[in-house]
Amino acid sequence: MTDITIEAPTKQRSILFEFAKGFVKENPTFVQVLGMCPTLAVTTTVVNGMGMGLATLFVLALSGLVASAVKRIVPGEVRIPVYTVIIATFVTLADLFMRAYVPPLSKALGPYVPLIVVNCIIMGRIEAFASKNPVVPSLVDAVGMGLGFTVSLMVLGALRELLGHGTLFGVDILGPGFRPMLVMVLPPGAFLSLGILMAAFNAVKDRNKLVLVGG
Amino acid sequence: MTYLLVLIAAIVVNNFVLTYFVGICPFIGVSKKLDSALSMGIAVTFVMTLTSIVTWLITHFILIKLNMPYLEYVAYIVVIASLVQFVEMFIKKTLPSLYKALGIFLPLITTNCAILFVALLQAMRSYGFLESIVFGFGAGVGFTLAIVIMAGIREQLELSDIPRPFQGAAVTLVTAGVLALAFMGFSGLLSA
Repeated sequence: MTDITIEAPTKQRSILFEFAKGFVKENPTFVQVLGMCPTLAVTTTVVNGMGMGLATLFVLALSGLVASAVKRIVPGEVRIPVYTVIIATFVTLADLFMRAYVPPLSKALGPYVPLIVVNCIIMGRIEAFASKNPVVPSLVDAVGMGLGFTVSLMVLGALRELLGHGTLFGVDILGPGFRPMLVMVLPPGAFLSLGILMAAFNAVKDRNKLVLVGG
Repeated sequence: MTYLLVLIAAIVVNNFVLTYFVGICPFIGVSKKLDSALSMGIAVTFVMTLTSIVTWLITHFILIKLNMPYLEYVAYIVVIASLVQFVEMFIKKTLPSLYKALGIFLPLITTNCAILFVALLQAMRSYGFLESIVFGFGAGVGFTLAIVIMAGIREQLELSDIPRPFQGAAVTLVTAGVLALAFMGFSGLLSA
């Protein structure tokens, strides 16, 4: 696990920065290596990855909002249980909502929806950001992180769906001549593709750094 | 016989880490050394078995009786958090040597998604009381097996020359992928 940078409540950072950092600089999946369980489990297709990403975004944003709003009332010693109950409440809401309005997605994600409760991205953002900052920046931070997470899941989902089924969003891309690599949609494919994507992400980051230094 | 099937399925066929992807955080974070991996595995097995017992009782005697299944997630997470706290205090008083060996790993377990997953799965599959206990124990043993194998491999990896971009989490994930591939061989075990 990469250590999470616990920022001090910096006022000088712009709202735009708080929003954008979740995509690359502090990307929860590739940089912070958080929330691995849903990342690996549900990214068999793009749509599943997107659904899980958006559900996490919902919980992240609303629990960040509430945690930031109640931070003065909650005593420090019991903050973790309080946050956990807040998170579990929003996860229950998200789960009931998905069961009612998008039953196929809810079925595909199965027990991984309730597991959002223990997704360390959410507790991590509350501890590192929402519990120390006002309501609006906390919401922006949470939405940025949630979208960064969603994009990572969709990239991984796209890679696995393309190689495992030859499709994207259920549309045939690679044609009938393509022989699907079943392993990509099975558990080993999840580990392999995330490991390789992560290495690619590091390589690109290294190269950019070298260019900056050399130039 | 059913109990044996549940046990074997939980340990190798549907290994929690390698097929359900739960407990990945400690699997990657605490698998650098063999002995700490083993301690973590034992602590998880212990808490998982207890969680399985307590959440089964709560589901059947409180949530179902009072017709409040929607409180499931909130109830489970509160049970797990307080259980871990309780276990920590209990071990500290009665078995100080074990407490020392487990150290920081005990409180970390609360946020281990594998524990919540045990509670959710046994409710979803509507296991009986004994089956739940066997299932929780088996899942813990499976976790221990996976993390100990991983730690053994990573101790060797320390000595090898890994390309820069792959260093850290990336190579661990690729290794886990190969391990998962190997574990898929077990899936033929229970098809009969």
